[in-house]
Amino acid sequence: MADHSEHVVRASLYWLVWAILIVATFLTAWVATVDLGAFNTVVALFIATCKASIVVLIFMGVKYTHEKMTRPILVGAVFWLLILLILSLADYSSRYAG
Amino acid sequence: MSDRAGIGETPLAVEHEERPELRHHFADVEQQRNAATLGMWWFLGTEIMFFGGMFCAYLVYRRWYFPEFAASSRSLDLIVGTLNTAVLICSSLTVAMSVRAAQLGRRTLQVKLLLATIFFGLVFLGVKAYEWNNKYKEHHIPTFSFSANDLIKENQKLFGLDQLQNDPAKLQERKAEIQRRSQIFFSLYFALTGMHAIHMVIGVGLFGVITWMAYKGRFTPEYHTPLEIAGLYWHFVDIVWIYLFPLLYLIDRRPGA
Repeated sequence: MADHSEHVVRASLYWLVWAILIVATFLTAWVATVDLGAFNTVVALFIATCKASIVVLIFMGVKYTHEKMTRPILVGAVFWLLILLILSLADYSSRYAG
Repeated sequence: MSDRAGIGETPLAVEHEERPELRHHFADVEQQRNAATLGMWWFLGTEIMFFGGMFCAYLVYRRWYFPEFAASSRSLDLIVGTLNTAVLICSSLTVAMSVRAAQLGRRTLQVKLLLATIFFGLVFLGVKAYEWNNKYKEHHIPTFSFSANDLIKENQKLFGLDQLQNDPAKLQERKAEIQRRSQIFFSLYFALTGMHAIHMVIGVGLFGVITWMAYKGRFTPEYHTPLEIAGLYWHFVDIVWIYLFPLLYLIDRRPGA
């Protein structure tokens, strides 16, 4: 039969991802105590998104998958989530607080 | 299609014969595996929308009631929250490593890594219970003898109370408002961390079954789909926490703000 073998990721790469995630966790906790004005939230969400991205790509194997529909489902779900969040925030932010 | 008699000899039929885990309605092992992971990704897509609704409510209220949310967020334990995030990241590593151990056919390592995953999951839940208990002691559980008095005391400037000292009526009004609005933070805090914890409990139960299957030697380098898709679920729950941690704990930790 055809070769069904999956991509076996190097153990050292998993350890590297783990190290990055741990460092990023302490980094985000530390940077929150530095006064960046409105950018504190931006930096926190940027770090969180970087962490989430490497979890999705490496730990969840999206980088290596041969399945063609996984990425469209993921991108679609995130896109719809952003519609929900961005449009709701644009609406509520531009009116008086209730 | 005309020559049905020869099907017993086709590579497809041979594969069905040799691979008992291959269900009859799938053409081959790869298709079966793709269908299973795809199903999990669809489910995770619905989970994104499920948590997305609560995140949306949180973000809107956070924007409206920023001082109350910042003060409430500061009452959460930053060190405990950070360490608990690290615990969850360790559990994601052990899950990824256990899938790898299955790919390499190393059963004992697989079981050890899965037990480590369950251990980290339980540590996370234990720490969460400790934090919730602190909230109970601080009277920070909404409606249940909730009191924002400690928040009011520590954040006079943030709430603008120092400017209301000469106007007792307005001061009382503002304090009542803080009492109401900080309860919204804690309602969302318990809804989000509670829903996350329920997912963790389900995950730990799921991995109990997976560990048992691994112990029985059910997973081979060719077939370990249950482990793989349970792993996807676990990583997803980890990602939810990756966003919950900065959003709940790190709203405004600037000194003197």
